[in-house]
Amino acid sequence: MTSLRTLFAKPWIWSFLAAAGVWLVTIVFTGGASAAGLSQAALTFAAFSIIVGIGQMFVITLGPGNVDLSIPATMTLAGTVALKIMDSSNGLILMGLLVTLLIGLAIGIINYALIKLLRIPPIIATLSSSFIIQSAAISYNRGLRIKPPSALAEFTTATTLGIPNLAYLALAVSVAAWVALEKGIYGRWVSAVGQNMRAARMAGVPVDGVRAATYLLCAVLAALAGLLLSCFSGGAALNMGAEYLLTSIAVVVIGGTAVAGGFANVPGIWGASLFLFLVVSMLNTYGAAAGIRLLLTGTIIIAVIIAASRRPRT
Amino acid sequence: MTWFTADRLRLLVPALSLAVLLAAVFWVQPRAMSYTGLNLLFNLAVPIALATIAQMLIMTVNDLDLSMGTFVSFVACVTATFLQSNPVVGVLILVGCVGVYVVLGMVIYLRNLPSIVVTLGMSFVWGGLAVLLLPAPGGVAPDWIRAVMVSKPPLVPMAIIASVLIAAVAHWIVIRSAFGVVIRGVGGNERSVTRAGWSVLRARAAAYALAAVFAVLAGMCLVGLTTSADANIALRYTLLSIAGVILGGGEFVGGRVSPIGAVIGALTLTLAASFLSFLKISPDWQIGAQGAILIIVLALRLVLNRREGGAGK
Repeated sequence: MTSLRTLFAKPWIWSFLAAAGVWLVTIVFTGGASAAGLSQAALTFAAFSIIVGIGQMFVITLGPGNVDLSIPATMTLAGTVALKIMDSSNGLILMGLLVTLLIGLAIGIINYALIKLLRIPPIIATLSSSFIIQSAAISYNRGLRIKPPSALAEFTTATTLGIPNLAYLALAVSVAAWVALEKGIYGRWVSAVGQNMRAARMAGVPVDGVRAATYLLCAVLAALAGLLLSCFSGGAALNMGAEYLLTSIAVVVIGGTAVAGGFANVPGIWGASLFLFLVVSMLNTYGAAAGIRLLLTGTIIIAVIIAASRRPRT
Repeated sequence: MTWFTADRLRLLVPALSLAVLLAAVFWVQPRAMSYTGLNLLFNLAVPIALATIAQMLIMTVNDLDLSMGTFVSFVACVTATFLQSNPVVGVLILVGCVGVYVVLGMVIYLRNLPSIVVTLGMSFVWGGLAVLLLPAPGGVAPDWIRAVMVSKPPLVPMAIIASVLIAAVAHWIVIRSAFGVVIRGVGGNERSVTRAGWSVLRARAAAYALAAVFAVLAGMCLVGLTTSADANIALRYTLLSIAGVILGGGEFVGGRVSPIGAVIGALTLTLAASFLSFLKISPDWQIGAQGAILIIVLALRLVLNRREGGAGK
């Protein structure tokens, strides 16, 4: 009984329960026919949210006001530029990965420079930079659709042992993030900065370094997700990152990470990402119209948040 | 020297940015320096200014409304459909919206929820409702709203009068009235407000209600200008309204806001877009240049704030 109670005290349990519930309802509706297909699709699409969500999680953990709104633009720019550089050739994949990494690093540096040197609040800083990044993507690639290299396209769409490759990749990123957060000094530092920046500074935490590294990490993960998404969907599109603006924030918070910062939670991001995808596919299965789908998605998100809030005011 | 209080210095940067930008627009396009020119320049700023004030009220109590854009879009859809064809139902829906905001404000406080996530969820709800109401762009603006928005008062264009009026009313409510002091107190120090005998719950509910009223007005004005509505008509307003508040010298926490600054911020953002189209920048870089202007204005604020910090305090 006590082990059950400790399990229910975990902040991430609610997102998994919600995801499992929605999964079950969908499967029951379709008569169990689509169980494998639905699970695979959920893992594939959740992988993108998980990768960007982990970056966003570290940023949000830095404390109140920290959030990266440049994720969608970063994904778009990385996807378009990398595909153009790789030019559908398998030999240039390494080059494409390198360019993706560099784009992520550059955007991370710009974001943090705006925040630190110009003291612009992170929300506005990343918003302004996302405008510039979006423009760069538009002018670099005007609607040209270049096919991804066949090896990458195959890798992102294939499954190994019945589980999508992207899910393994997301798992690798998550494990690394979990180790860094729970066992490594970096995660301790991020949480310390998020809990109390002044106290962290006085305790000798290199606050500026930690914050800079976090914005860099977030941008690099977003760039990677952009590359994967463009390979998965067979080409980059200028609006391909758009839905990840809200998704990246939603998965972090539904997953049990504190919005006020200081407390991060990696497993919850998985639960929340699966949950968000499954809600949409459940409503699709029921044949709901676009309006109803949006309406119910919103209602369910709010309901989960209210159910998961365990600290009512007295 | 007492005239230069900290609050007024705070307004100096947004006001200067607006003046410089306006001068630049006049220099590039002298024909803008007329009654019609000014009206055209600032027309679309009126709904943005109203939405910015709404966002500012939410920010006053340390929250953030990420559903502002979808909410204004929904209101625009209601205005162009029900309010036009069946005013009683239309008014009831809009009053209901204000009620929803009151409930949101109270639930967020009582359950200690992050406002960002709740309003994120609400953005789906409003978006869904708007799509249900108007699956395709359409609807017709009620005649009386249209008449107000296109009216041509003597000497000063409607857009300018409306902006000044919005700023004055918001300034009176938030800075001068007792209610404003209480909600700014909630943002600054919740506990001290409780100790002073005020109900934080009621103050927050009222702040949300007032924000909803301003957002409803924003949607109605927008339809008055565009004559028809669409479910995605005001999606940009979420980010524009936040940027407007910050440009105007407001802050995310602490109840430090400036209604006049917020209106100036909204005008600056609108003007920036017009300025860029006058400059004939490649359309690819239009959004990027807006980002650059935002950064420049905020950098300017840093320089001036440093000077302020060195002189006073």
